[in-house]
Amino acid sequence: MSIASLLQRPFSVKRIPGFATIAIITFFCLYAPVIILVAYSFNAGTSLAIWEGFSLVWYQQAIANEAVQAAGLRSLALASIAATIATVAATMAGLATTRKRPFKGQTAVYTLINQPLMVPEIVTAVALLIFFAIIKVATGYQGMGYLIVAHTAFCIPFAYLPIRARLQGMDLSLERAAADLYATPWLTFKRITLPIMAPGIMAGFMLAFVISLDDVVISEFVKTPGQETLPTYMLGQLRRVVTPEVNAISSVLLAISILFVALFFFLNSRRS
Amino acid sequence: MNSNKPEDSVAIDVQSVTKIFKGETEVLALDDVSVQVRENEFFTLLGPSGCGKTTLLRLIAGFEHPTDGRIKLHGSDISLLPPNKRPVNTVFQNYALFPHMTVAGNIEFGLEMMGQAKAERSATVDRMLALVQMEELKNRRITEISGGQQQRVALARALAPHPKVLLLDEPLSALDLKLRKEMQIELKRLQHETGITFVFVTHDQEEALTMSDRVAVMSAGKILQVGSPRDIYDHPTDRFVANFIGESNFLNAELTKVSKGKGMIKLASGAELDASLPSDAPAVGPVSILIRPEHSQLTKRSSKAPLSGSIDNIVYFGTDTHFHITLETSEAFTVRTQNKPGFEGAFQIGDQVSLTIEPDAVQVLKD
Amino acid sequence: MTQQNSSPSMKTAKEVEEFARRQDTKNRLLLASPAILIITLFAAGPLLIVVLYSFLTAGDYGNVKWIFSTDGWFSVFMQRDIFDDTLQIADAHVSIFWRSIKLSLLTTVLTAAFGIPTAYFIATRPLSQRNLWLFLITVPFWTNLLVRTIAVMELIRGEGVINNVLRWAHIIDDPIQMMFTDFAIAFGMTYVYLPLMVLPVYASIEKLDFRLVEAAYDLYANRWKCFWRVILPIVKPGMIAGSILVFVPSLGAYITPRVLGGGKNLMFGNLIELQFGQGRNWPLGAALSISLMVLVMVALLYYVKVSGGDDNNEHR
Repeated sequence: MSIASLLQRPFSVKRIPGFATIAIITFFCLYAPVIILVAYSFNAGTSLAIWEGFSLVWYQQAIANEAVQAAGLRSLALASIAATIATVAATMAGLATTRKRPFKGQTAVYTLINQPLMVPEIVTAVALLIFFAIIKVATGYQGMGYLIVAHTAFCIPFAYLPIRARLQGMDLSLERAAADLYATPWLTFKRITLPIMAPGIMAGFMLAFVISLDDVVISEFVKTPGQETLPTYMLGQLRRVVTPEVNAISSVLLAISILFVALFFFLNSRRS
Repeated sequence: MNSNKPEDSVAIDVQSVTKIFKGETEVLALDDVSVQVRENEFFTLLGPSGCGKTTLLRLIAGFEHPTDGRIKLHGSDISLLPPNKRPVNTVFQNYALFPHMTVAGNIEFGLEMMGQAKAERSATVDRMLALVQMEELKNRRITEISGGQQQRVALARALAPHPKVLLLDEPLSALDLKLRKEMQIELKRLQHETGITFVFVTHDQEEALTMSDRVAVMSAGKILQVGSPRDIYDHPTDRFVANFIGESNFLNAELTKVSKGKGMIKLASGAELDASLPSDAPAVGPVSILIRPEHSQLTKRSSKAPLSGSIDNIVYFGTDTHFHITLETSEAFTVRTQNKPGFEGAFQIGDQVSLTIEPDAVQVLKD
Repeated sequence: MTQQNSSPSMKTAKEVEEFARRQDTKNRLLLASPAILIITLFAAGPLLIVVLYSFLTAGDYGNVKWIFSTDGWFSVFMQRDIFDDTLQIADAHVSIFWRSIKLSLLTTVLTAAFGIPTAYFIATRPLSQRNLWLFLITVPFWTNLLVRTIAVMELIRGEGVINNVLRWAHIIDDPIQMMFTDFAIAFGMTYVYLPLMVLPVYASIEKLDFRLVEAAYDLYANRWKCFWRVILPIVKPGMIAGSILVFVPSLGAYITPRVLGGGKNLMFGNLIELQFGQGRNWPLGAALSISLMVLVMVALLYYVKVSGGDDNNEHR
């Protein structure tokens, strides 16, 4: 395309000179570091600086590392349990706080559910550290329960978000139509409400799962020694010499996140 | 108004129903409304938006409960019954078809909820699909069919359980003009074939006049007049009803005589004309009267004519022409004349003219 | 008209309505109760314990002694000199607060500079492409914050990509020290929080009716006048929302300054952590946490006011 033809571009009210360039640079900057990170996870050499050929050696090393194995499994189990409980609680809360005329105190319930989003993570982490220290002294319990309840609590608002949106977008007359066609309230819920809100529930679960899987700060403060999750393990590794093993683990976490977010987008875009 | 009818022919009996919506401010949606819908009739609730017609429909369907008064279905009080226990079905304004089910699945839903056996259900579904001419689309998803087709499915779904009464909440408003005309005829046919009582809500006067056996005109939470379409159009007893349906000329006159439901009025010119009276007849004295634009003819100026004036404006409408006239009393009056070949030019703006009024054209209003 | 004596039915109707409403509220509260319970116990409730702990005495080896004390709050800004026991402003703390605010503001400005044009770019794409661009901006947001911080680290380390490229091109001989500087923290936070700026700005540009822009052109405005006088005022609520959404997590950031700032360049979050680790001063940590939370709450309340009252910003 010649410069003359560029200058003769038809006038558009939407165009602002330079904005498209800045946007492209932004997208580039957003993805370049991540792509480099992934690329170096396949580097054969120990050095992060020099490319020494393609290899899966760091993935093999990461998988063989027992600490990584334990942390990975713990992260997955934690995310599965926390996201499941959070999704169930968020679904119930979503049903309670949408579609009908707001009940007295509904705003308070809504604010409370979103509370974990409004407080800096480090503050919640400190609060849980203190609270659980008290419980640990009182009961002596040292298990995974602390991480599970902490994760469940901050996952609820994330699961609640898409579930609520789905319910709010739902045509109220569908439930009325079901009642009009002789369905009892329970059958209306089972046959109409639940199938229609299902994509929202799935989306909520996946968001909650990704959020739990990614959490560092709260896990770091709540975990009892030895209860490393994948992110806290990585954070610990950063204190020492960084090897591409961390890149390999990062790449796997990235892949899981992208997969879940893609699914989330897909579910969310499938509107009735 | 219809209380002399035998009780068993009444399908729905709305008795002094008041509905107040409590929100930030209280809204009086229905104000002491009483009306009876007869069995097998096509009954229309007509009125502008916010007049309470949809509220009344939702009360009959069971989505709302009356603040005061009661609703009876074939003699039994259903005021507080939940919707799933009423033998009444609704065709919703936006159809409210279940998006995650097929056409057949939607139609079958009500039958399933009633606990019908599978074989019986599928027979009914097929019959319903035939009734609305949708056999080919039986297994389509709701999202895959057109608006007009969705309309037919919504009808079939509501008719499948063979309700005592079918409620229709402006079901044609989302369709384009041509489809709407088709569906008007279709609805009338379905009502005739199924023998089910239809209660139809609309703000479209033409829809109401063409389809209904009887029409109830509503405004501000009250029913103003109930009657056959012809009754409502020719003899509106209320200024609002006259204005809402068709075009109207309102004149001041004096009621001179009242006997046996008929009256005699005297115009400013001194001419005396027969006039129809509203049900609760007013006393002799000054009244407002109504004359429809097409119930009057232009003639050459004559001192014997009941009305005279001058032509202010002439508007051509294709099928007919409107003459805007200022009467000698300074009142405005419109005459509508059907266009005939060669008629053009008979009258000009500024002409002094007289008007003749057709027999039975004068209606005395309540106010 | 003849049904005036139907008062029994009327009473029942009203009673049924009132009963149904109360029953409905009860059922819905019950339905929401698991979420309410979990969050109250494990997110909101413990914050009260933090308030309590901020008024206790620090234990010798961490934790607290149950003796009332305002030392925690006192130490937020003040300290006693080790030698002569005189009162002094806690310079170390003040400089950390200042760095936190400075870097958060810098991050907000940088994300706005890149994020607003990007949001505008996305909002003016054809509808068919728009979801793809939105997806591309959202993906990094939902991917691991630590992973993205590590990605930035790989870029700016002494042995990192930027230094290697520059050395390879013979622009520099010795690597530039970028890690463990304020620049590194601001750069990293800009990188990780950028989507938080783009999304709300995009939402408000998407709502912009471009017929208004056409009208401005029709009335002889040029491109920049059009942008400053028509587009920007309409998009302002979205920009304020985006700025607060970036500023708030920047102020409370913990991971990014820890990884990119090293042990020296602390921010608010790291100062808090320090009190529960080496500092062994839980009451001070608790007081700092409450302070941070109050700061954030004020910013968020302003955000709710801005995003909730769109009409208030129209007439300007």
